[in-house]
Amino acid sequence: MRALTKKNLLILLSILLTFGVVEALITVGIINSFYEITIATICINIILAVSLNLVTGFTGQFSLGHAGFMSIGAYVCAIINMHMNSTVGFLVGTLAGAFMAMMVGILVGIPTLRLRGDYLAIATLGMAEIIRVLFLNMEITNGAAGLNGIPRYTNWIWLFTFTAGTIILINNFIKSSHGRACISIREDEIAAESMGINTTKYKVMAFAIGGFFAGIAGALYSSYFYFVKPDLFGFLKSIDILVIVVLGGMGSITGSVIAAVALALISTFLQSFTAVRMIVYAALLVVIMIFRPQGLMGTKEITDLFKFKSGKKEEKIQ
Amino acid sequence: MDQFLQQMVNGISLGSIYALIALGYTMVYGIIKLINFAHCDVYMIGAYIGFAATTYANLGFFPALIISMASCAVLGIVIEKVAYKPLRNSSRIAVLITAIGVSLLLEYVMMFFVGAEVRSYPKVLSDAAFNFGSVRINMQQIYIVAIAIALMILLQFIVHKTKTGKAMRAVSIDQDAAQLMGIKVDKTISFTFAIGSAFAGAAGVLVGIYYNSIDPLMGFMPGLKAFVAAVFGGIGSIPGAMIGGLTIGVMETMVSGYGNSMYRDAAVFAFLIIILIVKPAGLLGKNTREKV
Repeated sequence: MRALTKKNLLILLSILLTFGVVEALITVGIINSFYEITIATICINIILAVSLNLVTGFTGQFSLGHAGFMSIGAYVCAIINMHMNSTVGFLVGTLAGAFMAMMVGILVGIPTLRLRGDYLAIATLGMAEIIRVLFLNMEITNGAAGLNGIPRYTNWIWLFTFTAGTIILINNFIKSSHGRACISIREDEIAAESMGINTTKYKVMAFAIGGFFAGIAGALYSSYFYFVKPDLFGFLKSIDILVIVVLGGMGSITGSVIAAVALALISTFLQSFTAVRMIVYAALLVVIMIFRPQGLMGTKEITDLFKFKSGKKEEKIQ
Repeated sequence: MDQFLQQMVNGISLGSIYALIALGYTMVYGIIKLINFAHCDVYMIGAYIGFAATTYANLGFFPALIISMASCAVLGIVIEKVAYKPLRNSSRIAVLITAIGVSLLLEYVMMFFVGAEVRSYPKVLSDAAFNFGSVRINMQQIYIVAIAIALMILLQFIVHKTKTGKAMRAVSIDQDAAQLMGIKVDKTISFTFAIGSAFAGAAGVLVGIYYNSIDPLMGFMPGLKAFVAAVFGGIGSIPGAMIGGLTIGVMETMVSGYGNSMYRDAAVFAFLIIILIVKPAGLLGKNTREKV
């Protein structure tokens, strides 16, 4: 397989174009600091949603504890960053947070992923609550008051790098044989198992990767918004992420990205009415499930819209 | 020893409230295999209806309890008809997400109308206390336990001795076969929601009186704990929900009494994860085998 296919070049071009346009808008001043916060939220939410989509959308394991992983990344990065006040410290903190979240994902995943459907949802919810209570009671995390004055190293460049990196890595994972194994678990776990797929291994793998990227998102969050406290990562945060995934379509990375952007814009406009924002979110969730349960994009990706040479050849062979 | 007995008394009165909520979860799960997340908000709304009835209408305790139970039963039916019925044939995850959506919708619509502030319940029951040795039991605790037991006996009667109860049991075992036997499945499901929600309404009023404060987000934690209770007792089993509720209530007061009260929520969830790993079917639940 060649690395420099027409498709890959186009993807690279569109990544650079997106980065260039937003960077230019920031430099010119059309995007002021108020909207920069929206952009940071969008990027963090994209990372969270894409990683949850891997667990819930592609592997079919319903998780309500994604905010728990995010909080681990946020706290680990914040603590390391406060002791190592430099860009290197930020990067070390981000990676350490992500690895920590991944380790917890594996530890929690091995026992709980034997459960199915609703039981798994409640178990992951319980896990996130346990993590929150631990942070609430630990000395190093400063309890309910949280950590203040975390140095800010997250900027647009880092946000974009991590977001694009997450999307590309998770997309590649899904296109690999591991990813196809995960999708087969979603489609039918028993059939997948009888075809010789080690379902536990792939479920834990998806859970660990999801936890890793949620940890990165948490680290970016703590470093961008200066402070973290346990209440930020409660059940509602997990629901926020879930709404993005469901709205975009479970099993579509493009959908998650579009939904993250759309919902961030909606909540920016509804910022002064918090209660209304939550009503809109909740109503959206119910209405989507009743009228369009597959979400905006279903399982389609934006790349499906373009026909590439290799795609045509495959069709002929079939 | 005295402290232990005192915690036991507190735990049993808290546990009876959990058991009342857990009954609603377990009945709905038994009949349509759905964790009804909105159930804990029905309980919250029940508490508010009781509050309105006692504060603004100056009603006594029992009329308030009955009004709250009746309104919650109607609310339960409406939720089922509007949100869950269109999804009868969709995937279970879709219904679960809808349930979460309905739950948030009720919470925030309520917050929009009544405000987020905490309200305090009027004193409708005397708080006279009796001392047995050094163990103190107050009137409210006696009322809570007595009402919970009375409602549970009523439920046992409905489920085991009436025709509707028979229909409920039949639908929970096999929906299609029940339909073929001429049972009106939709009506039975609505009835189940009505009973479960009425119990939640009763629990709401009792909690309002016991803790003397209510707010729009009060349902979330007790709801989850009641769900843990239902899982522990074996989801789908009515006696299991009662045992589970009492166990969780006693466990919670023991953790706050002897350990650190900050860890009581974490203890309940750790307990849940342990149950799910060791005995996922629960104490009295039946092991179901998955068919291909």
